Amino acid sequence: MGEEFVRMSQVTKRFGSAPPALDAVSGSIQGGEITGLVGPDGAGKTTLIRLMTGLMLPDGGTIEVLGFNTRTQAARIQASIGYMPQRFGLYEDLSVRENLDLYADLRGLPLSERPAVFDELLTFTDLKRFAGRLAGKLSGGMKQKLGLACALLRKPRLLLLDEPGVGVDPISRRDLWTMVRDLTREGIGVVWSTAYLDEAEACDRILLLNQGKLLFSGTPPQLTERVEGRVFKLTGIEGRRRPILRKVLDDPGVLDGVIQGEAIRLVLGAAGGRDWNAAELAGPAARIKPAEPRFEDAFVDMLGGGPGGRSKLADAAALRVPDESHAVIEAKGLTKRFGDFVAARDITFAIPRGQIFGLLGPNGAGKSTTFKMLCGLLKPTEGEGRMAGFDLRRDTAAARNRLGYMAQKFSLYGDLSVAQNLAFFAGVYGLSGPHRRERIALMTEIFEFGPLLGMSARDLPLGLKQRLALACAVLHEPEALFLDEPTSGVDPITRREFWTHINGLVEKGVTVLVTTHFMDEAEYCDRISLIYRGRSIALGSPDELKASVAGPGTPDPTMEDAFIALVKNSEAAEAA
Amino acid sequence: MNLLSPAAPGPEAAPTGSARRFAALVRKESYQVIRDPSSILIAFVLPLILLVIFGYGVSLDASRTRVGLAIEDSTPIAQDLAASFQASRYFEVAVGRDRREFEEDLVLGRVRGILVIPANFVQEGAGGGSPELQVIVDGSDPNTASFVQNYAQGVVGTWMALRAAEIVMPAPAIVVEQRFWFNPELASRNFLVPGSIAIVMTLVGTLLTSLVVAREWERGTMEAMMATPVTAAELLAGKILPYFLLGLASMTLCVLVAVFVFGVPFRGSVLALCALSASFLMPALGQGLLISAATKNQFLASQLALLSAFLPAFLLSGFLFEINSMPWIIQMITAVVPARYLIPSLQSVFLAGDIWPMFLRAIAVMLFIGALMFVAAARNTRKRIA
Repeated sequence: MGEEFVRMSQVTKRFGSAPPALDAVSGSIQGGEITGLVGPDGAGKTTLIRLMTGLMLPDGGTIEVLGFNTRTQAARIQASIGYMPQRFGLYEDLSVRENLDLYADLRGLPLSERPAVFDELLTFTDLKRFAGRLAGKLSGGMKQKLGLACALLRKPRLLLLDEPGVGVDPISRRDLWTMVRDLTREGIGVVWSTAYLDEAEACDRILLLNQGKLLFSGTPPQLTERVEGRVFKLTGIEGRRRPILRKVLDDPGVLDGVIQGEAIRLVLGAAGGRDWNAAELAGPAARIKPAEPRFEDAFVDMLGGGPGGRSKLADAAALRVPDESHAVIEAKGLTKRFGDFVAARDITFAIPRGQIFGLLGPNGAGKSTTFKMLCGLLKPTEGEGRMAGFDLRRDTAAARNRLGYMAQKFSLYGDLSVAQNLAFFAGVYGLSGPHRRERIALMTEIFEFGPLLGMSARDLPLGLKQRLALACAVLHEPEALFLDEPTSGVDPITRREFWTHINGLVEKGVTVLVTTHFMDEAEYCDRISLIYRGRSIALGSPDELKASVAGPGTPDPTMEDAFIALVKNSEAAEAA
Repeated sequence: MNLLSPAAPGPEAAPTGSARRFAALVRKESYQVIRDPSSILIAFVLPLILLVIFGYGVSLDASRTRVGLAIEDSTPIAQDLAASFQASRYFEVAVGRDRREFEEDLVLGRVRGILVIPANFVQEGAGGGSPELQVIVDGSDPNTASFVQNYAQGVVGTWMALRAAEIVMPAPAIVVEQRFWFNPELASRNFLVPGSIAIVMTLVGTLLTSLVVAREWERGTMEAMMATPVTAAELLAGKILPYFLLGLASMTLCVLVAVFVFGVPFRGSVLALCALSASFLMPALGQGLLISAATKNQFLASQLALLSAFLPAFLLSGFLFEINSMPWIIQMITAVVPARYLIPSLQSVFLAGDIWPMFLRAIAVMLFIGALMFVAAARNTRKRIA
């Protein structure tokens, strides 16, 4: 264990009358390690990092950074830390070089040392070729590396990174991780905040936050230890997986279960579940095998387990028989150009009724463009999109009436109450009279909005906002659901609740198109298309894609491994 | 990997640290101004548009007002008076024989007034009575109505003076002769254009400054800077200097346009102009910094800047409306509007020349308000996020 760099005791921070953003958090951060500050959005990660920089003061408790009190010695702290805020803190009108110069001046890096330091940083971040380019014209991954370079100009003893992995393609994310890993070898302490549990697993030590409270502090293996021997994988399933997942989740002994490609991942409660007979449950080839526990299993266990398998929303939905042969959503050679920039090139796929199809890719890859062309929000430059048989170019209105759309960050009206949001969206979708009242009443009952009807949507916690957004998207019983980054940043329990509904609806014959940059979420899909720089570089079921890159080095690749390998293959093919 | 310089020397930075940080901030800000089209727009394009509007578009003069002239008296003398009206540079005259011909035009606003030379105009004058010219105006537009009336009197007065020898008219006992000093043409452009320079500096000093600081909060760059050893004073000063210079540049452009394009006279000294402008920029910049420190949001900052700086500079500064004719409570409010001290002085610099006692008083008041703004801004710009 390294030297103690940050000591927090009973740190509390409130904003207004809301529940505390941080509630009596105590812990420490060591030098020479990556400490993951882990938790869903709104857990208090950013607040805690800002408190460490001395830019914000705690309402209660104390924080000592490198031996200095943040309350009284903030200037001394700021002289020896590096901080990369969420949006990297770069000046977009300044070039890479000018940004470095600015921060070098602000941090007092002597002129004589600059050429060497800049040269090494630019080599390290692979930005040398772009030194003259304006920061605003860099890709997300390059911005992030430049942000890191600016934070590293004056060898900091402690490096604070606020969600550096958000919205960046997996390759850049992995590069960044390698760089930061190198830094810890020189004794630098790194704080890496993240909502991604796979990132958390790779940290040396983690502080797990949820709703302002510290749930766990220790190493990742210490956390996964608690579910050791309780995690299983059901493989070789015959037929549809989702009804089986539902059956299994209804067992009170099963704490958590999710679809993972062709398989189902299960976490049993401490008392153990029923003695399932795999063959009886899922066909003759089915097997239940123990699996390596992961961070998320432990997080769910710590939060008291996921929801059951039943979705009241799906129960109330009318049945449309899933039909593999009939495509509800079709993209044929969809291409979108903005000037000479091709945002999406020749995207083709078809989604049969009752399937979940995922568009997986980093921000800016072209997912949203494809998505918008398929909802009729953007006119394709070339190609055609069909939705429930309607041509999206000509019958846009008819096609749109058959789909429900849940936008990224939930496009609710924050100033309207829950009831007003429901009424508004019902009106927008053309529901009227008794039917409208029935549907709203049904949603209120299913999602238990009763006591919240008068509350402003803005004041709802993230999980409830998501529920309300889903309710608004399904009010008109759409045949197809378009979900744009539906669960990024929400806690795992809320995410499971959400997918329970979606899984249920899919079994009732609803077709789902989902975009995500979340590798885990891709595993919930029946098929996915990997979108990278405007192209679909691979299409298939999650297991097929993973299997396609399996090799001696990676016998059991993750979705992220698959993505990286496939991107590299496609780049190699292009170069050839 | 060994890419980092030796460990930081700690907070005791080199003595040149502060100067270098300040220079770096100023340099950064200058690059941004040059590369961001919106700064150029606010600092140079918008001022030019404003100047053109005040120079050409808005005029408080009634030049070439359309009127109807009903010549009901057909004598040569009446014709001669009518010719005077037609020759007047203030009127564009439509001639008729009967006032009724123009009644509809007046109602519809096609003419601004009817000048009637009544049938007995000359007889009355010759008979020793006072000849009467009737002026019919649209009372719903009192400004124009009084212009028509005044200018009609002017035309008649000039005409009578010229004709005095030829026709027997009783000489008025007292002749009021008007003479306007400094702006003999009474061209409103000559005082609107200098006044609008104050408005332009408000745009740059307050609106632009509050926007650029709020933008740093929105984009998260403020947070990253604050986590460096830079001090709040350096941050503020680093914003003030570039926008101070930009404000002066914008002012210079306006003055050149005013003098060389609009032909506004410039009778004072460049020194006085610069001293006044520089002093005015202090409260303007201070207010901009205060607004952005308090709002941290570009939308709110722009609204607040418009409401608290731009509109008062327009309405409560004596630029368009005379302060003396405002209700006393509004007059009290104008006391804190820096533009009200600048505008009369600027107008003097252009139209009258240097009146240093007036200028020094204005400069003192503006610097005082500026100092208050800076103290308030500095208090709000502590190195804290919340």
